[in-house]
Amino acid sequence: MLIKPTAEDIQNIGFYLGKIIVGLGFIMFLPMVFAVTVQEWNPAFDFLIGGSVTLFTGFSLTKLCETTRDLNWMQGMVMVSLAWLAAMFFGAIPLYLSGHWNSFLDASFESMSGFATTGLTLVQDLDHLSYTHNLWRHLIMFVGGQGIVIVALSFFVKGLAGAFKMYVGEARDERILPNVIHTSRFIWMVSIVYLILGTFALGITGVSSGMGLFRAFFHGACVFMAAFDTGGFTPQTQNILYYHSLSFEIITIIIMILGSLNFKLHYYVWMGKRREIFRNIETRTLFFTILATLFITLIGLNQLNTYPQTMVLFRKGFYQLISGHTGTGFQTIYANQFVDEWPHLALVGFICAMALGGAVCSTTGAIKMLRIGIIFQALKQDLKIIMLPERSVVMQKFHHIKDVFLEDKQVRSALLITLSYLVLYCAGSVIGMLCGYPFLESLFESTSAAANVGLSCGITDTAMPSVLKITYIIEMWAGRLEFMSVFTLIGFLFAALRGK
Amino acid sequence: MQNKAYNFSKAVWFTFGLCVYIFLGEFLCAAQSIVSSELIDNAKKYDGQVVDFEGEVIGDVMHRGRHVWLNLNDGRNAVSVWAEGEDARDIQFSGSYKGRGDWLVIKGIFHRACAEHGGDLDIHAQSVSVHKRGKPIPEILDPVKQRTGIMSVMILVAVWVLSRFVDKKRKQI
Repeated sequence: MLIKPTAEDIQNIGFYLGKIIVGLGFIMFLPMVFAVTVQEWNPAFDFLIGGSVTLFTGFSLTKLCETTRDLNWMQGMVMVSLAWLAAMFFGAIPLYLSGHWNSFLDASFESMSGFATTGLTLVQDLDHLSYTHNLWRHLIMFVGGQGIVIVALSFFVKGLAGAFKMYVGEARDERILPNVIHTSRFIWMVSIVYLILGTFALGITGVSSGMGLFRAFFHGACVFMAAFDTGGFTPQTQNILYYHSLSFEIITIIIMILGSLNFKLHYYVWMGKRREIFRNIETRTLFFTILATLFITLIGLNQLNTYPQTMVLFRKGFYQLISGHTGTGFQTIYANQFVDEWPHLALVGFICAMALGGAVCSTTGAIKMLRIGIIFQALKQDLKIIMLPERSVVMQKFHHIKDVFLEDKQVRSALLITLSYLVLYCAGSVIGMLCGYPFLESLFESTSAAANVGLSCGITDTAMPSVLKITYIIEMWAGRLEFMSVFTLIGFLFAALRGK
Repeated sequence: MQNKAYNFSKAVWFTFGLCVYIFLGEFLCAAQSIVSSELIDNAKKYDGQVVDFEGEVIGDVMHRGRHVWLNLNDGRNAVSVWAEGEDARDIQFSGSYKGRGDWLVIKGIFHRACAEHGGDLDIHAQSVSVHKRGKPIPEILDPVKQRTGIMSVMILVAVWVLSRFVDKKRKQI
C-alpha cells in the first residue's frame, strides 16, 4: 500500500530545501562582486536580481517550513533531487537576463548543463558574453561538480544530523572522513588547492601563448573549473581550439584526469600512499577502458584516413577521447566534424568511452569505473565457479582503498545502476530519432547528455525541438544524481497522488 | 539616318549593359566570401584551396613569433586564421562584451586538419585587410534592471527584518 506523504514530510523537505536555496543565493553574490570590479554594470544587476529572488525564496521556505526535526532517507533523497531542479531554475535567472539565451528554457538548459557538469550549451554569441556571466557559467560547474549539497554542508549548514542522507542523495556514497561535513570540507580543500595550481599553470600558458595577463588568468580559472569538474564549458565559441596550444591541451588533459579520480584516492595519495593509484580497481579499470576505447577510435579514424599524419591522428583522437571518457566535453574539433569526418567505428568507440565515465565519488558522470570493475570481477568469479571443481569455494577479491571481498549486493547495485544508465542513453536516443535525427547522432548526443559529458555532434542547438531540450535536461539531472534520488522523487509524487 | 541612330542607341545600350554586367560581376565576386558553416560542413571539399573569408576579430590576437593567431567570427561560427604578424598590425579592436572587433576580409589557404598546427582546422592567410573598423560599445545601464534590482533587495531586507521581529515576539511569548 502506498502511504501518502504527510505534512511533516513536506515541512522537512521544504525547510532543508530552503537552506540549500539560501546557500545558492549567497553564491550568486560572488559574480556580482566580480561584475563591480570589472565594471560590468548590467550583469551586476542581473546577479543582484537573481541573488535576491533566490535568497527571498530560500529564506521564505525556511521560515514557512521551520522545523528542528531530522531528515529521514526518503525526505533526504526527495530534497536533493528538488534542490537540483531549484538550482537549475534560480541559476538560469541571471543567464536569461543577459539576453544571450533565446528563452528561459534555453537558460535553464544551460544552467542544468552547468550544475550537472555536462557542458552542452545553447548560448548565443558567446564571444560577446560578459566576463561576469562567463564566470557564473563556470562557477556553477565548480559548485555542481563538488555537489550543491556539499556546498551547503561545507559552508552554510551547521551540525546537520541528516547530512549523510543528502550526501548520498547527491550520488556520493563514499565517506572519506568519518564525518560527512569534514568529508565535504576535504573535497573543497582538494578542489581549491588544485584550482590555484591549475589556474596558475593555465594562466602562464595563456600568457606565453600571446594572451593578455588578465584574460589569460581569467580563462585559466574558467577552463580549470570546467576541466577539473569535468564540465566542458569554455569562455569562447571555439572551445579549446581557440588557444591553439599543445601545452594548454596537455595541462587540460592532466586536470581532466585528476577530476575523474575518486576524492578518496586523492586523500590517500595526499596522505603519502601513492601505491594506491596502481592498486585501486578504479584506476586500473580506467587505464584499460581508455586503452580499449582509444584503440577502437584510432582504428576507426585510420580507416578513412581522417588524419593522415600519425601525430595529428594521436593528438586529435587522444584529446577528444580523454575529454569524452572523463566526461569533460572539451573539443579541439568542431561539433559537425564528428559526424562529417569521423567514421562510424571511431564514433562507436567514442560513445563507449563517454558511456563509461570516471571514478565514483569524483566529478564525472556515467556508469563509472568501480561498477565496471565489479561487474568484470563478478564475471571472473562466475567463470572460476564453472571451471573449478564443484566443491571448491570461490571468493573474489578486489582492491578499492582496502581489499574487499566481492558480494552479491555489490554486483546487484552495480548492475542496476549500469542498466539504468543504458536505458537512459537509449530512451534519449529514441526521442532524438522521433524528432527526426539519425540513429548514431541521436545516440551520441543522448549519451553525452546522460553521462554528463557535453560533447556535441551538432544536435544541441537553440533550434532543436523543445521536447528534446527537456529530454536532455532530464537526462543530465538523472545522470548526475545517479537515479536513486530521482526515482525516490517520482515515487514520492506518485504516492502524493495515489497514496492513502 | 534613322537606321544609323537606331544602331547607335543599340550600341549605347549594349555598352551600358556590358558595364553593368562587369561591375555587378566584380561586386558579387568581391562579396562572395565563404561562410564558416559552409567551410566546416564541407571541410574535405575546401581542404587545400584558396578561400575568401571574413569575420569579426574576437578575443585575443595571439602573437606567436613572427606570426599571429586571429579568431574570426562571421556570426555563425569562429574560424582561426594564421597570419603574418605584420598583417595584424592594423587591427585595433577585438570583439568582446565591451566592443565590436574589426571586421577583417582575408584570403588564404584553408586546412581541414592542418599538419603544421596539430590537425587544427584553420586558414593560412595570404592577405588580410580591415573592411570595417570596430568600436567600443559604452554600456548603457538598463533602467528596468536597475529598478527591479533595487526593489528586490528592498523586499528581501524587509522580509528579513519582519521575520526577525516575528522570531523575537515568538520567543517573548
